[in-house]
Amino acid sequence: MLTGHEIRDRIARRETSALEITKRSIDAVAASEPELRAYLTLTPEYALARAAEIDARLARGEDCGPLAGVPVAIKDLFCTQGVRTTSGSKILANFVPPYSATVVAKLESAGAVMIGKTNMDEFAMGSSCENSGFHPTRNPWDLSRVPGGSSGGSASTVGARGVPIAVGTDTGGSIREPASFCNIVGVKPTYGRVSRYGMIAFASSLDQAGPMTADVRDAAIVLEAIAGLDPMDSTSADVPVPHYEDALRDDLRGVKVGIVREFESSISGDAAMSSLYKEAYAALVRLGAELVEVSLPHAKYGLATYYLIAPAECSSNLARYDGARYGVRVSDGGDVYQMFERTRAAGFGPEVKRRIILGTYALCSGYYDAYYVRAQKVRTLMKQDFDTAFSACDVIACPAVSCPPFELGAKSDPVAMYLMDYFTIPMSLAGIAAMSVPAGYVDGLPVGLQIAAPAFEEGRMLGVAHAYEQSTRFAWARAPKVGAA
Amino acid sequence: MTDVPIDIAHVAKLARIALTHDESAAFTAQFAKLFGYIEELQALDVTHVSATAQVIPIMNVMRDDIIRDCLDRAAALANAPDTSGPYFKVPRILE
Amino acid sequence: MKTSPDVATTETAKHDYEPVIGLEVHVELKTKSKMFCSCRNEFGAEPNTAVCPTCLGMPGSLPVINRVAVEYLCKAGFALGCDVAPYSKFDRKNYFYPDMPKNYQISQYDMPLTTGGGVTLSSGKRIRLNRIHLEEDTGKNLHAGGAMAGSDYTLIDYNRAGVPLMEIVSEPDISSSDEAEDYLAELKAVLSYIGVSDVKMHEGSLRCDANVSIRPRGANELGTKTEVKNMNSFRSVGRAIKHEIARQAERLAAGDRIVQETRGWDEVKGTTYSMRSKEEAHDYRYFPEPDLVPLALDADVLARWRSELPELPDARRKRFAQQYGLSEYDAQVLTAERSDADFYEATAAACDDPKQAANWLMGDVRRALQSAGFTALAQSPMTAAQLGELIRLVKSGAITGKAGKEVCDILVAKGGDPNAIVAERGLGAVTDSTEIAAMVDQAITANQKSVDAYKGGKANAFDFIVGQVMKVSRGKANVEIVRALIKERLG
Repeated sequence: MLTGHEIRDRIARRETSALEITKRSIDAVAASEPELRAYLTLTPEYALARAAEIDARLARGEDCGPLAGVPVAIKDLFCTQGVRTTSGSKILANFVPPYSATVVAKLESAGAVMIGKTNMDEFAMGSSCENSGFHPTRNPWDLSRVPGGSSGGSASTVGARGVPIAVGTDTGGSIREPASFCNIVGVKPTYGRVSRYGMIAFASSLDQAGPMTADVRDAAIVLEAIAGLDPMDSTSADVPVPHYEDALRDDLRGVKVGIVREFESSISGDAAMSSLYKEAYAALVRLGAELVEVSLPHAKYGLATYYLIAPAECSSNLARYDGARYGVRVSDGGDVYQMFERTRAAGFGPEVKRRIILGTYALCSGYYDAYYVRAQKVRTLMKQDFDTAFSACDVIACPAVSCPPFELGAKSDPVAMYLMDYFTIPMSLAGIAAMSVPAGYVDGLPVGLQIAAPAFEEGRMLGVAHAYEQSTRFAWARAPKVGAA
Repeated sequence: MTDVPIDIAHVAKLARIALTHDESAAFTAQFAKLFGYIEELQALDVTHVSATAQVIPIMNVMRDDIIRDCLDRAAALANAPDTSGPYFKVPRILE
Repeated sequence: MKTSPDVATTETAKHDYEPVIGLEVHVELKTKSKMFCSCRNEFGAEPNTAVCPTCLGMPGSLPVINRVAVEYLCKAGFALGCDVAPYSKFDRKNYFYPDMPKNYQISQYDMPLTTGGGVTLSSGKRIRLNRIHLEEDTGKNLHAGGAMAGSDYTLIDYNRAGVPLMEIVSEPDISSSDEAEDYLAELKAVLSYIGVSDVKMHEGSLRCDANVSIRPRGANELGTKTEVKNMNSFRSVGRAIKHEIARQAERLAAGDRIVQETRGWDEVKGTTYSMRSKEEAHDYRYFPEPDLVPLALDADVLARWRSELPELPDARRKRFAQQYGLSEYDAQVLTAERSDADFYEATAAACDDPKQAANWLMGDVRRALQSAGFTALAQSPMTAAQLGELIRLVKSGAITGKAGKEVCDILVAKGGDPNAIVAERGLGAVTDSTEIAAMVDQAITANQKSVDAYKGGKANAFDFIVGQVMKVSRGKANVEIVRALIKERLG
């Protein structure tokens, strides 16, 4: 499978058609799906009809958008009108939304062709895709390993090149970590850059949608297509959306790249990971960048802060799943509250229950100030850390993950799993832009470099990532096990 | 390991989730580990720090008082586990 | 079933205890669309037809604040003398209830839109307000088979879910059921004046919960309070409070303690009953609503909203008494509804006689409205110009008072030009002396006995003869001319 921009260019030159590309994508997905299980719902009939429509419109000379005829996969927490949307949860196993998310509508008007809805950790809570209420997804680089999470299905299918482009969501690392695990590009935009309307909420003050793509150029194209003010989302920002492709650069002369002192010391214990990142920074220097040391003194509190704020918001956001208006109901003749309690006991998996209990507790009167409010104050400190750091550098380069993809079942302890987000959580709490770009391999398994930029400086971030990608060429490598369509 | 102050049964009642005994026991142990991290926050002096509820400095987002199309009733009820005529139907409410 | 405390106990109690009452009043705002979505805000629509993903709490939906709801609340705040907060935000109030689609209500916790303010009762006593905040209404549960506990299932209509609601919380300054009713009437008058709500308690656009406690007279400490709900009229608010005061007094007199709880008002039995105990109550787990951003309203916008307020009932009442020389009572009645007061002022201007305008509106017009089956002046097609013209016709003697009443009935029922009605029906007064003289002579001739009686000193015989003339004229003769001519004839 080609990248999105290659498809765009070939369709423009009439070398191929949307229908031909779509068929190829459907076939590729069908071939890899028995092993990967990256999807919860496939929509081939819809995709073929839509591709034919786009070809017809192109034949009439219409402009069908920057992604005309490009197959995309949508994380199953974006509502898609008329297509089942589960957020990876059994409690929504039968939910068919009467409306589409803004991101989905924008991708459609950009000409993209939805191939299916991808698997994920239930309600985006997890870092391995093992918390899916339906089945785990596997990593195309090693089928015994996880693709990361929560946007694991999206990462896996792009990693296997079933589609060149997917969208995921990132609350504490849910785009960047799976992107790192599957050797793809994953962008968590600035909070407010992309509308959350129609995105099934996990933690509202942190959730953000973003591209998961084969390369940086595709990420730039997709981000431009989905970003922007949405009157349906009060927290979306009224900041102009640049033409991100113009920001892509091939060298880094004059760019100051911040290296985070605290992160380097925490990864230094792992020789393989540490040397991989040292080599990544060296590559930036070879491109002309200047490295400066910066400090994020409160980053070590990220996990604690995140695991108060996100569960608190989730406990409230997930209260609506009660079996009354939609979704699955479990009732055995008791009153309505018994129905609520049984429905939620049966419909939610253990991780979701764990976070709801934790979050409910953090908001209880008597504990609220000690936990939730304190966490919000630490969040302020973390934001200030980044402000200070960015006064000395243009972007930050740091690890996206602390390890390459692990085997299914390897992290049965929830806190061990939470630690997977150690390097990604601080950026989420600060609401700034961050992404992961392929940075090489440890024991043949992909590892990503994280690049972070100040709020709404996605162009700067993509520019640095592009130069790095072009010179290192890690993104061109194909997953050895499956795909290669 | 840190002592977990959570009364899990009480919190589960507030959250309306019927937890099994095993789940409650497992959560207690897992929270003990997590609270080891969470309690670290208590060491920070945040007396003069303001709380961040929203990371972006946006204010006064309001819409005009304009009516747009509502859902058809059929669409509104389409996902309901149970209905009766034009209504959503749930088991009885006991106060 | 509990029995009502007998009168003797109540009377004793009144002497020993002082009631302390605070009211929480929920008022639905009359916006076009709902609080956080663009569904229509309509009372009485077909079930589940005014709903969308947002007000059904569907996955992925988000709220957006209705600007006019904020405007209406601020206007209510200005009208009630409140301080509008320079910075305000929304919070989530978390609890499960089947009529609440998200199982949390978007409300305001620690930064309400307004604080302070107050309502002045007719006695002059000021009831302070604690706050007014903005929130969303819930849907409606219908309990199949009548009684809640007896039915197998509950039906839900979410049309009302998301309707903008302002909660007006008073300080516990109210000391009696009468004051509570007075407070509600004043509040209703102000809110209907500024046009932000229908304030109809029977349609649920105004709802009231009462926090009631009693304490030994003269004590500083507050007693344990109960929250009384489910009253459906101002009158039942008064009755419920009266009952609750008596019930608490009886408990304390018997050496019991008051349990802090929510109590429902049973309109038929005239008693309150325990609904749920606060001890096992909710922990609402308020936290800032992350789907919305804070409000810091621009001073210019607030100034504009304030300047758009009409003259308020209290000020207008005082002005009416002073400017038009009306009695306190008349001024009160004429200003209770803004549209009535506007009508009155227009009528007074049209007939150039404020006193007469008040008399007509309080008397004949009111009677005519009743017989036409109208419950409010606004329902009648009659205009103030038409009524003013009618009053002019009567004042000038162009028609008699009796004919005026007839024209008034027609105007109230159908409206129209009073002059045309008079002409059409031949109701014009007879003022031609020659014509009247003929009728007087005829009456004197036909009633010689009365003439004799009058001459013999029986004064009331004179009125009889006047009456006979009026009868002949079918009420149209100018009565002053009739009297003068009879006097002239009989010496």
